[in-house]
Amino acid sequence: MDRYLLIVSTVCFLAAVVRTIAALRAGVFRPGRFNFLAVGLGFIFQTAFLSIRGHALGRCPITNLFEVFIFLAWSIALIYMLIGPAYRLSLMGAFTAPLVFLIQTFALLAPIDVRHAVKLPANPWLEFHASMSLVAYGAFALACIAGVMYLVQEHQLKTHQLRSIFYHLPPLTDLFAAITRLLWWGFALYTLGLASGFFIGEPLPRAQVVCAFAVWLLYAAILQGRHFRQLAPRRVAALCIVGFSAALTLLWGITFTAQMHSLP
Amino acid sequence: MNLFCVGLSHHTASVETRERFSGHAETDCILRGAGCTEALLLTTCNRVEVYGAAPAQVPTEEIIRCLARKIDQQLCQDASAFYRYEDAECGRHLFRVTCGLDSMVVGETEIFGQAKKAYESARASGAAGPYLHRLFQRAFRAAKQVRTHTDITRGSVSVGSVAVDLAEKIFGHLSGRKVLVLGAGETSERTARALVSRGVSDLRVSNRSMDRAAELARLVAGRAIRFDEWPEQCREIDILITSTSSEAPLLTPENLAPMLRDRIDRPVFIIDIAVPRDVDPSVNEMEGVYLYDIDSLQSVAQQSLALRRQQIAAAEAIIAEHVADFWESVECGTARRCADSTHSAISEGPVRASEL
Repeated sequence: MDRYLLIVSTVCFLAAVVRTIAALRAGVFRPGRFNFLAVGLGFIFQTAFLSIRGHALGRCPITNLFEVFIFLAWSIALIYMLIGPAYRLSLMGAFTAPLVFLIQTFALLAPIDVRHAVKLPANPWLEFHASMSLVAYGAFALACIAGVMYLVQEHQLKTHQLRSIFYHLPPLTDLFAAITRLLWWGFALYTLGLASGFFIGEPLPRAQVVCAFAVWLLYAAILQGRHFRQLAPRRVAALCIVGFSAALTLLWGITFTAQMHSLP
Repeated sequence: MNLFCVGLSHHTASVETRERFSGHAETDCILRGAGCTEALLLTTCNRVEVYGAAPAQVPTEEIIRCLARKIDQQLCQDASAFYRYEDAECGRHLFRVTCGLDSMVVGETEIFGQAKKAYESARASGAAGPYLHRLFQRAFRAAKQVRTHTDITRGSVSVGSVAVDLAEKIFGHLSGRKVLVLGAGETSERTARALVSRGVSDLRVSNRSMDRAAELARLVAGRAIRFDEWPEQCREIDILITSTSSEAPLLTPENLAPMLRDRIDRPVFIIDIAVPRDVDPSVNEMEGVYLYDIDSLQSVAQQSLALRRQQIAAAEAIIAEHVADFWESVECGTARRCADSTHSAISEGPVRASEL
């Protein structure tokens, strides 16, 4: 039953993707309300799914790779709903929807929804650690999307080739301000998640800790470069994409190895 | 009721012909002389049009005579430049006009204001009645919808406004931005004025002739600076407009790099409208520098125009819906009035009979 909610949610995100592609092909790209409504509706169904799954598990629904991906997609949609309109980045919905759609489609199609044979005991520190880290990932994902938007806009301005999308993308300075804020939010949440990991009360796999610190250091380096004006905005935008790709790979690694360890 | 439009525009008549019919006709003359019950005159630099409603068809020649400055031999030749649209086609034509589809620069919005003014003036004088009211209100609705749902008005088509649009896409709000005008030519003055109109308040002008710099600075509410000080100013400013008559480039990557060293996170927008160019084109490859010369500004203007042309089909589709709706409402209204008049004729019948 809960998977049906997720399918409906995925269809909502797909609707936003289809509309964006159709608008781009017709050369009439407009942010409009449709993307925001489609993402909003998709978010409601995601929340319903996580709520049902959470009640069934008796804990935060991040017990396998499938749930982790859905929680990540939910975090991305949540941060977009909170940040997008506030910073006049309504167009971000057009970029957010494809990412969430891809994550959810992959989660639904891949055989990764492995139910645990025994009910896992609830560990508040572990749940706090995992949920904080995933919401941080949501902020990093949005920073990555804003980075893509920045590079698209910058490329058009540099090459003097302005397409329809140019008139709907926010100014470079606004985009860069949004990237900086998202990076700080993501970094703060990620630090909180990372620190709480030491209170879980279980031994942590060495490789996971090293990788998690590597991602933390990467974002710390980006923010340091930004703060002390050592990195140009274009490089910060590009590094947001690199950083999120690295973080996503790490997330995959962490949940995959955790799943392998839990198998009998 | 016959709804019609008679007029000429830049599509059908030269400026000399348009002049002979512009700014002369009084709506009253058209109303009285031609037997219209409602009439409205729309005159702009590109068109002279009469929109009217009359119980019987009013000959085009009558309208032309009312519009002409003087009646002579030339009038017969000019008559061929006039077009006439009736009923639903009249609606379609007006909707296209108010949406800017019939304008010289496709998508321009000035015509909307001109049509609104013409309607207000006709309404105030009592020349516009229920038919023209319905026609124009629908035209304004169609124009607003086209503007909201298509990109027909997007982008600028003149060099000055293209520069301002680009500046806003780089910096967002322009208030608080610092601008340096290097060389006090006519195009730089126009561009500087356009930037001031969008909120720029810190404007500096530098020219080889200090008098000319002071004069331009006074005109654009800026301040004049000595010509040898401009390299130092480049460290602070956000936008540089350059149009000097220098034979060699004033700005090259070599002399610009030290100026930009401390402002890695602050972009600089350079508008080079000088011929020969004041800025080495390779400056555009530098981090955070956006260089546009006169050719690239014109190319952006052309791209905007092409983008607007791509939107014509979408705009025409919206207009077609409005024309169908409008004409249906007119026909329904006419049918209702006919039914009402028949009904009153029947009820009045016995009274008349008794009177007889």
